[in-house]
Amino acid sequence: MNDVIIYAVISLGLIGAVSAVILYFVAQKFKVIEDPKIDLAEEALPAANCGGCGYPGCRGFAEALVKSANEKQSIDGFNCPVGGNDVMAAVAGILGLIAEEKEPQIAVIRCSGSSENAPKKVNYDGPATCAFAHNLSSGESGCPYGCLGCGDCVAACDFDAIYMDEETGFPIVKDNCVACGACVIACPRNIIELRNKGKKDRRIFVSCINEEKGGPAKKNCQVACIGCGKCFKVCPFEAITMNNNLAYIDYEKCKLCRKCVLECPTGAIHELNFPPKKDKPTEPAELAEPKVIKAETKEENNKE
Amino acid sequence: MKTFKIGGVHPAENKFSADQAIEVFELPKQVSIPIGQSLGAPSKAIVAKGDVVKVGQLIAKGEAFISSNIHSSVSGKVLKVDDVLDQSGYRKTSVIITVEGDEWEESIDRSKELKKDISLSKEEIVKKVHEMGIVGLGGATFPSHVKLMVPQGKKADVLIINGVECEPYLTADHRLMLEKADEMMVGIQVLMKGLEVDRAIIGIENNKPDAIEHLKTIAQKYQGIEVEALKVQYPQGGEKQLIDALIGRQVPSGKLPIEVGAVVNNVGTAFAVYEAVQKNKPLFERVVTVTGKSLSKPGNYMVRVGTSINELIEKAGGIPEDTAKIVSGGPMMGKALNGIDIPVVKGTSGVLLFKENEAKRIEPTNCIRCGKCITVCPMGLEPVLIAQYSEAEMYENVEAESALDCIECGSCQYTCPAARPLLDYIRLGKFRVGQIIRNRSKK
Repeated sequence: MNDVIIYAVISLGLIGAVSAVILYFVAQKFKVIEDPKIDLAEEALPAANCGGCGYPGCRGFAEALVKSANEKQSIDGFNCPVGGNDVMAAVAGILGLIAEEKEPQIAVIRCSGSSENAPKKVNYDGPATCAFAHNLSSGESGCPYGCLGCGDCVAACDFDAIYMDEETGFPIVKDNCVACGACVIACPRNIIELRNKGKKDRRIFVSCINEEKGGPAKKNCQVACIGCGKCFKVCPFEAITMNNNLAYIDYEKCKLCRKCVLECPTGAIHELNFPPKKDKPTEPAELAEPKVIKAETKEENNKE
Repeated sequence: MKTFKIGGVHPAENKFSADQAIEVFELPKQVSIPIGQSLGAPSKAIVAKGDVVKVGQLIAKGEAFISSNIHSSVSGKVLKVDDVLDQSGYRKTSVIITVEGDEWEESIDRSKELKKDISLSKEEIVKKVHEMGIVGLGGATFPSHVKLMVPQGKKADVLIINGVECEPYLTADHRLMLEKADEMMVGIQVLMKGLEVDRAIIGIENNKPDAIEHLKTIAQKYQGIEVEALKVQYPQGGEKQLIDALIGRQVPSGKLPIEVGAVVNNVGTAFAVYEAVQKNKPLFERVVTVTGKSLSKPGNYMVRVGTSINELIEKAGGIPEDTAKIVSGGPMMGKALNGIDIPVVKGTSGVLLFKENEAKRIEPTNCIRCGKCITVCPMGLEPVLIAQYSEAEMYENVEAESALDCIECGSCQYTCPAARPLLDYIRLGKFRVGQIIRNRSKK
C-alpha cells in the first residue's frame, strides 16, 4: 500500500519538475512585452466596455491611447464619454500628457410623436423591433420620420439611461445618459442625436426630423416642424439653419435665449430644464404653446 | 404530375373570383402615378404642373439600365408632381393627373383584331419592350427588356411562361389566360423571337383545368409552345421553383435563371408584350383581382395604373365592416397597406381584404424543434436557424446560412405550429446582411 503512494508521488513529482522546466523556457521564448501603462490606463477607465469611444471595450481604448501617446505624443481626439473630462485628465496624467477639455454631451430624442401628438392610424403587429418596423412601413402614425416606439434604443442602452414611457409609448432619456452613442446607432430612423449638455443642463432643440412639407407633416403629427422658418428669422445668433423644410439648431452657436421656442407655431422646439418664466405676459406663450418638458428624469427617480 | 422537388406548402385556395370575367374598370376622376414602379433605379418625371397629357404619353423616363419608362394611363391635365403614399407605406414622387376625356395617343392601335405577324427584328423587339415600359407583372416588377438581353457567353434555349398563380385568392392571371389566350400566344412568340429560342413552355397548376384545356387547344395553332399541367404547390410561381418543376434544372445559388438556359416571364407580361410590340400600346393598365371572404362582389378588373385602391374596393361592394387588414398582392407574399387611398401600380396583382380573425397574428410560443420549416422551405434553407441567428444579431452566421437565397415566400412561417415570426426575422437578417455586404464592398 505504501509503495503505491511513494511511486505515485515520485512519478508525478518528476513529471511536474520536467513540465516546469519546459514551461519556463517556453514562457521565456514567447514572452509578450506589454507597456505597463496600458494596465494603468485601463484601471483609470470606467470599465463600462460600452464602446462609446469607438474602440472595443476599455482595454482596446487603453491600448489605442498608449499607442497614440507613444507615437504622436498626444491623445487629442480621444474621448471617453462615460468618464468625461475627469477620467480623461487622469488617463492623460498616467501617460504624462494633457487631455483636451470636451463639453459633456447627452442623447436627445428629436421627435415628439407620442400617441397623443401623433395618433395611431394603423396597427403594426409584426415583431417589436424598430429595425423591422422601419423596413415595413412608415409607422403607425403615418409619419415616415417619427419614432416607431418599439424600443430598440432602450435595448441598446447599457446604462439604463433611456426608458419607454408606457403612457405615451415614447422613449425618454434620463440624466444619467453618458452619450456613448449606442442608441444613436440602434435607431433606424436616426432620430437620436448627441448634443452638448449645455449650461445648467439647459438645452433647446428642434424635436422633429420630418423633412416633409408643412401640410403632410402636420397631418400626421400636431407638433411636427412644418418648416415655416419663423425660428430661423427670429434667431439673433444665426444658430438655426433651414434645410428640406426642417429647422436645425446648432448647439455650438445657440445662446439659449428661447426666442425660437416662443415663436414656433407647432411647439416643435423644446426647451429643457429652464425655470418657468414669470414676468412675461401669457399671450404669446399661449399662442405658441411651447411644450415644456420639465425635469422628467427627476419624476422618474421619484417613481422608483 | 410535375412539381418542384424540395419543400412547398398547399394553403387553402379560396379563389372566389375565378368565374368573374375581366371587367374594364371605369375611368377614375384623378390618378396618381408613382414614377418608380419597377425594380432598380427610379425613373425621372418629364412632365410638370399644368401639362396636358394623352393616354399612353411618356411621363417619366427610366434612364438607368435597370429601370423602366412610365406612361400616362389617362388623358387630362397634370395637377401636380408631388409625394404620395404608395404601397411601401412611404411617400414616393408621383404624377397626379386630373382626368379629362379619354384621348389616346394616335400611335396606339386600338382595334380588337389579332395581329399575328411579327414584323420587328430581335433588336427592335427589345427596344420596343423597353420604350413601352414593360415590367414583369408577376409582382416583382423586374424590367422585361433586361430579361430579353441575354448576357454575352450565355445562351437561352427555353422560354418559360408562368401561368401558375400559386398565391391563394388571386385569379387575375387565370382570367387573362381564359380571355386573352390568342394575344398571349402571339406575345409569347414575340418573346421567343426576342430571345432567339424555339421552345416555350407554359406552366399552369391543375386547379385551373379550364385554362389548361383552353390553352392546350390554342397552343396547337402556334409553333413551339407547349402547355404543361403542374401539381398545386406553393410557391411554384417562384421562377427557380418553376424551372425545377418544368425542365428539372436547378438554378445555382445567387445566379439568374439564364445560367441554366431559361428565361421566365409571367402570362400577364406576355400579354403586355403583345400589346406593346404588336399594338404599340405602353403598359398603363393591368388586371387586378379584388377579393376577400366577406367582400360582397369579388372580381377581376382591367384597371388603369394610378387608380386609387379605394375606388376598386368601392366597386367590389365597399369595405365590409369586419375588415381588419387590406393587403396588396396575395395573402402569402402581399404587403399590408397603410391606408386605402393608395394607387394601383404595375405590380399590383390583387387587393385582398382580411377579416379580423384572419388578419390576427397568433401569439408566438417557443420553438418545438419539429423541423417543419426546414421541410417546407423550397430553397432548402433552414429557416429556424437563420431566424434565431438574426434574432441574436449574429449576422455573419445569417450570411453563412445563405439567407440571401431566401425568396421570402413565407412557407416557413405559414407552417410553423408555434407561430414563430420566422420570415420576419429572416427578412431583418437579409436586410442587415445586405448592409454589411455593401459596407464591405465600399472598403
